Amino acid sequence: MEILIIVLAGLLIGASVYLMLSKSLLRIILGTGILSHGILLMLLTMGGLKRGGIPVLDDSVQQYTDPLPQAMLLTVIVITFALTAYMLVVAIRVYRELGTDDVEQLKGVPREDD
Amino acid sequence: MTDIIPILPIMIPVLAGIILLAIGRTNIYLHRVIASLTALLMVIVSIVIVYYVAQYGIIVTHVGNWEAPFGVSLVVDMLAALLVLATSIVTFAVVVYSFQSIDAARERFFYYPMIMFMISGINGAFTTGDIFNMFVFFEVFLLASYVLITTGGTKIQLQEGFKYLLVNILSSNFFVLAVAYLYSAVGSLNMADIHNKLSAFDGDASIMSLIAVVMLFVFATKAGLFPFYFWLPGSYFAPPMPIMALFGALLTKVGVYAIARVYSLFFIDNVEFTHQMLMLLAVLTIVMGSIGAIAYSDMKKIVIYNILIAIGIIVAGISMMDEAGTVGATYYLINDIIIKAGLFLLVGFIIYRTGESDITKLGGLMKIHPVTGWMLLISAFGLAGVPPLPGFYGKLFIVTSLFDNGHAVSGIIVLLSSLVVLYSILRIFISVFWGESMDFTKLKPISYDKLLFSSFLMVIIMVAFGFGADALYPLFDSAAQSLYEPSSYSGYLLGVD
Repeated sequence: MEILIIVLAGLLIGASVYLMLSKSLLRIILGTGILSHGILLMLLTMGGLKRGGIPVLDDSVQQYTDPLPQAMLLTVIVITFALTAYMLVVAIRVYRELGTDDVEQLKGVPREDD
Repeated sequence: MTDIIPILPIMIPVLAGIILLAIGRTNIYLHRVIASLTALLMVIVSIVIVYYVAQYGIIVTHVGNWEAPFGVSLVVDMLAALLVLATSIVTFAVVVYSFQSIDAARERFFYYPMIMFMISGINGAFTTGDIFNMFVFFEVFLLASYVLITTGGTKIQLQEGFKYLLVNILSSNFFVLAVAYLYSAVGSLNMADIHNKLSAFDGDASIMSLIAVVMLFVFATKAGLFPFYFWLPGSYFAPPMPIMALFGALLTKVGVYAIARVYSLFFIDNVEFTHQMLMLLAVLTIVMGSIGAIAYSDMKKIVIYNILIAIGIIVAGISMMDEAGTVGATYYLINDIIIKAGLFLLVGFIIYRTGESDITKLGGLMKIHPVTGWMLLISAFGLAGVPPLPGFYGKLFIVTSLFDNGHAVSGIIVLLSSLVVLYSILRIFISVFWGESMDFTKLKPISYDKLLFSSFLMVIIMVAFGFGADALYPLFDSAAQSLYEPSSYSGYLLGVD
């Protein structure tokens, strides 16, 4: 089970690298989203995957799941959500101000027209 | 009383930021008053913190009363306390500087609240004792810095801001990955607890070397170490001068602090590999920074490449992990935060006054601004490390440590880099303040008393720090102690103090 999830995380990270190496702003942003999915799966796997365990430590509970990776996972999901939203806003402004979504043209010091 | 102290440097700016957001966009004057008073309050609070830590040792707060290895703890040792103090001083200077240098549109669109949120994240990253919490605080100040680097929406800011966003999001994702590896290998997130577990472990801990590489990738990207500094000169060039001063003085130093912390606490097993790698990268950073600092004739670029040289020198000191090296690194770290801010603010004043950042187009300013000229010269000496000034003590300890450990070539490179630093800043001084006079009628008729107040304040603090360096040595030694003798940092978990 763990091996399967790790391979899946690797596939996701590979796909995200492909997307981030492309020239379009939107594809790059999608790439960062997929990258964080891959890394979150990795984080979850690192806590150990168990079926049927509950994340509560109590004397009466025999088999429990480690709650910490899940708590970290939630935090990272929230942060990634905020970052992706902000990045999309910046991408729209880049497209409007600089008139391109091709990162190949985002170099040098652009001329201020206004 | 001591329970609440470590929380104050995080909470005060957050509360101020929320109040500023609630005030809204109409009253800029109120924004300025609240922001500067908050910064002043933070200076006072952090002096109290330094006093407490010097008096009673490390202060630990268990947030929510959860016991140490399980909950999130805030741990303020002397290193964190000094960094928080330096951060507060720089914030105060930059906020006052912003009154006359940031345009009204940016001020109205929540410039001061964003500075407050960024400072809160930086202070949090310095004071936290939990590696995942450090990631969260990194995100807090990075999010605020994304807003600061793009606020105003000029073309260059958007273009470079997007790259800055992308690079930092990438390295933040790898931070999570490194935390995941670390958690699966050690089973704890509390940094002191991880250190205790690793030093008690006598099996094969070679997995830690892999984690060291991932962590180095993360923090080297934030700090601007070779070869991950590629984004830094472009991104720091884009925003207005006060934002650049904050970034240059503080953001890269958080990365350096994180490197110092994790390399002293976690990677104690295979030091020949991990710390050797760190020193190699540090020396290469110094070399690349030196080339950049000489190559450009744009004042902003020259100062930005000087950041890289300083980062390299500090990391070289840290990588030695002995007493002299870490004491030197802490001296140079605090010195560099203060004087780099001062240098950015002085250069910013010249740019705002003349409207020009290319040194070949300026000259003869000594006739109009003699005091500014001499202040720039003093800050150049401070940066290069001329004896009475604090840069000298830092470099002396670092170079001594490098030679003692048999890294003569690295020591010589650090010494030569001082010459490059001196040459690059003197080049600004000579061509801007001496030489043939430029057309003085082209000077901008701006009011600049607050610009000069902030920049002179930083230079004066730096000089005072230099003359008081001997008296302050116990503080810096106890700050460095948690690096070269990490058990003094992690001791609070074992009930030893």
